Amino acid sequence: MVTIYRGRPGLSRRELLKRGSAAGALLIISGSAVLNTSEAWGLESTTLKPETIATLIQMARDIYPHDQVPDRYYAIAIKSHDELAGKDADHKALIEQGIADLDQKSGAGGYTGLGWEEERVAVLKQVEGTPFFQAIRGGLVVGLYNQKEVWPIFGYEGESYSKGGYIARGFDDIDWL
Amino acid sequence: MAAPYDLNDDGVVVIIGSGASGGTLGNELAQKGIDVVILEAGPRIEYTDFINDEWDSFGQLAWLDNRTTGGGWRVHKDFPNLPAWIVKAVGGTTTHWAGASLRFDEHEFKALTTYGKVDGANLLDWPITLADLEPYYAKAEDKMGVTRTNGIEGLPGNNNFKVFKAGADKLGYKECHTGRMSINSAERDGRMGCQQTGFCFQGCKWGAKWSTLYTEIPKGEATGKLEVRPNSQVLKIEHDDSGKVTSVVYADKDGKQQSQKARVVCVAANSIESPRLLLNSASAKFPDGLANSSGQVGKNYMRHTTGSVYAIFDKPVHFWRGTVMAGIIRDESKHDPSRGFVGGYELETLSLGLPFMAAFLDPGAWGRSFTSALDHYDSMAGMWIVGEDMPQEQNAVKLHGELKDKYGMPIPDVWFTDHPNDVAMRNHAYKQGTALYEAVGATRTFPTPPYPSTHNLGTNRMSEKASDGVVNKWGQTHDIKNLFVSDGSQFTTGGAENPTLTIVTLAIRQADYIAEQMGAKNI
Ligand SMILES: Cc1cc2nc3c(=O)[nH]c(=O)nc-3n(C[C@H](O)[C@H](O)[C@H](O)COP(=O)(O)OP(=O)(O)OC[C@H]3O[C@@H](n4cnc5c(N)ncnc54)[C@H](O)[C@@H]3O)c2cc1C
Ligand code: SF4
Repeated sequence: MVTIYRGRPGLSRRELLKRGSAAGALLIISGSAVLNTSEAWGLESTTLKPETIATLIQMARDIYPHDQVPDRYYAIAIKSHDELAGKDADHKALIEQGIADLDQKSGAGGYTGLGWEEERVAVLKQVEGTPFFQAIRGGLVVGLYNQKEVWPIFGYEGESYSKGGYIARGFDDIDWL
Repeated sequence: MAAPYDLNDDGVVVIIGSGASGGTLGNELAQKGIDVVILEAGPRIEYTDFINDEWDSFGQLAWLDNRTTGGGWRVHKDFPNLPAWIVKAVGGTTTHWAGASLRFDEHEFKALTTYGKVDGANLLDWPITLADLEPYYAKAEDKMGVTRTNGIEGLPGNNNFKVFKAGADKLGYKECHTGRMSINSAERDGRMGCQQTGFCFQGCKWGAKWSTLYTEIPKGEATGKLEVRPNSQVLKIEHDDSGKVTSVVYADKDGKQQSQKARVVCVAANSIESPRLLLNSASAKFPDGLANSSGQVGKNYMRHTTGSVYAIFDKPVHFWRGTVMAGIIRDESKHDPSRGFVGGYELETLSLGLPFMAAFLDPGAWGRSFTSALDHYDSMAGMWIVGEDMPQEQNAVKLHGELKDKYGMPIPDVWFTDHPNDVAMRNHAYKQGTALYEAVGATRTFPTPPYPSTHNLGTNRMSEKASDGVVNKWGQTHDIKNLFVSDGSQFTTGGAENPTLTIVTLAIRQADYIAEQMGAKNI
């Protein structure tokens, strides 16, 4: 039921690192790609502006901040909006206008120009009731937390049948009570 | 071996739905040599094909056809198209259920007498007593292999239970154990013991948990007297001029409409689809729907007063390991109005995987308050509250005025608002649950709102008088003698206990009555 979208790296890892060190930024835009140099991945946008995608990634982290979860999982979680925007002009408008609105409310440097999470959250609070915000937040509930790669970060062990369940693997191993 | 019956065979008992009620009734009748056709809207998926993954399993088994909701409950806002969590597959919701199997207490069959009149509540006594059901409860417990009955050992306690039990002891609760569960603690009835895999809500891939899918249904089929027809969604029940039901119209696997003749029809489609079907079967003779002379079809929708309490500790718990709901405290299930409400509630352990925890802990919430809770997911423990809610006439399953399903039938619109008694009970339970976890050192607790309804009850209620309800004490409709309701929509009131043991008990008892009435040629 749930599809996990993976970004297609637009550039080789070597090239990414090279460009990254030149730009010195965490998320950089190159052509239609959003690049994360420290995590060495890139996401090619197809419909949405790459700047929009970069802002969406920041917004996703501000909505569900987990400091131990790398950006790439947030990028995967919001990628579906780019794909949907390609099929649905209304969705494209919803996202582009939503991000433009965030930027406008954030002052000269735009949303990503706000340095503190609290400042960005204050902007998000203003739009919390909008269909745009709800589309992003709602999509993240499954888009972020249903990524199997994310589960181990939270300690969740996932499927257990193939390992014979937990009958011999600690279902009752609590030792601090 | 499964007997295929002809569409024109008017000697068969047609059962609509193959879950706890329909699957059990079908087997019981087949064992008596009666010809049975079960029409099941969903596909047949064997337990080896179940998926240890919350969303994928939900997609595989849940009823996803559109429904709408209204009323004051929070589910209306958070899950506007998912009022209930019900399965659409052979075996029905017994594929997803947790297995908690408790008898009603005696006073719960006499809610009106015991609690007195409660403002705004449509309370009524059941037309049956605990004594009437006791022999059938015993049969159901044996059939389902309920632990702590019939000499069956309880399940071992997992980590989540151990935290729960330690807290229960600290609060002085006396009746706390690993439950009466329809889960094998050791091999029984050709099915293996629980392997503590922890995906009970996703279907037990070992078959350790009772489900009609791999118990009642194959046993019934082995008699040669039961045919289960999957992918067959019933749209309408038809009747003749005398008012007797004669056939059911259903959409087959290709969406083509078929008509199956019947001698008796039993509606076992769970408490949203059963009243919907009766209402959708309105005719010139029965303009308000079948069996609805009382006007009570679809009314008095109950869903138990629920909620959860999760807690975070400073050390790991790994609460997802092992049985999802194998731990209970029964001390609060008594009727003790000094607590500020009538009726009682049970506390039962519960765990969710990370994906469902993110979706259900505090639907709609965001920001650090929410995410810092998930950051400690591995140090969480959890429990579920299940208590008696008040039947209210305006809480109802109605036909949607405009929206229709792909077969052109109006979709169900499910209305629910808590009664003040429900709210008082939930708040009491939140307080107790929180105190329990704090007593074992919880650093943070979460009074979590109710999920979409898993216990759906009351929408075709049982009554002594035809003017008060839809069915008599056998589940036979007051208006049409060869039309029966077999599922939890018969419940006059909800009791504090998880309903399925009582649903199965009523189905076994109904099978005896149907067989007797058929034998006497009354139906
Ligand atoms: C996650 C979860 C956990 C639960 N845990 C417990 C527990 O621990 N203890 C407990 O007592 N209960 C529990 N329950 C509730 C329990 O599953 C139900 O009470 C029980 O299955 C109801 O039985 P039923 O026969 O009324 O309906 P179901 O088992 O839901 O079966 C109804 C069947 O009818 C079919 N149907 C519906 N409409 C039509 C139609 N028009 N034509 C043909 N077929 C149709 C459906 O597809 C379905 O298969 C749980 C439920 C859930 C979701
Ligand atoms: S915990 Fe036990 S009952 Fe639940 S799914 Fe696993 S084996 Fe089955």
